[in-house]
Amino acid sequence: MILFEGPWTFLSVVTLVTMITVAVSILVASLRVMRGPSLPDRVVALDLVGLLAVSVISVMAIATQQPVLLDAAIALALIAFLSTVAFARFIEWQGDKAE
Amino acid sequence: MNWTEIIAGLLLLAGAAFVLVSAIGVVRFPDVYMRMHAATKAGTLGAGLMLGAASIVFGDLGITVRSFVVFFFLLLTAPVAAHVLGRAAYYAGVPRWERTRLDELAGRYDEADATPGETARPAARGDDIPYP
Repeated sequence: MILFEGPWTFLSVVTLVTMITVAVSILVASLRVMRGPSLPDRVVALDLVGLLAVSVISVMAIATQQPVLLDAAIALALIAFLSTVAFARFIEWQGDKAE
Repeated sequence: MNWTEIIAGLLLLAGAAFVLVSAIGVVRFPDVYMRMHAATKAGTLGAGLMLGAASIVFGDLGITVRSFVVFFFLLLTAPVAAHVLGRAAYYAGVPRWERTRLDELAGRYDEADATPGETARPAARGDDIPYP
């Protein structure tokens, strides 16, 4: 684990900065999830949050030196895609009543 | 501190910048279609850069293949998800930005069952071929 312990190297500092940036991005995207005026706005923002979670997992794999975490990234990308498609079918089925 | 660490760090910083820009775009753009544009393209590129950084850091063939599988999966599914979602949003009647001037799909959808209407059939198709 190169993050949170040991001497500060270039890669650990960059990893920490990247994690903070992605966390801020998740907060900003969930602002749209909470505020979005229509259901497709929320679904777009949720899709982005899923993508950001994949990014967090890959950065976490670097920070903890655990490449096994990339398998979780594969599964999470699959689930995010399927949930987006399911939400889109639901919106089409509901028409403009989906709010 | 060697060259692989520097390259991986630069890839991580670029990916973080793209991801942050896409999140800001999702909040700031006025329209669901423009938000989709920000979330799909910049977000996919940012995540792909971070996966590339992971493959460079570990420097192992299996891990490189795995991270590229994730990247190609994102590259394949992001346009499909955006298209399905945009079609659903258009059919559900999500309002466009008031300064949007061009709507090429106007009048080309059957409102009853969300299928393309008769006028949506491309002229290049033969007249005897029914739409899908």
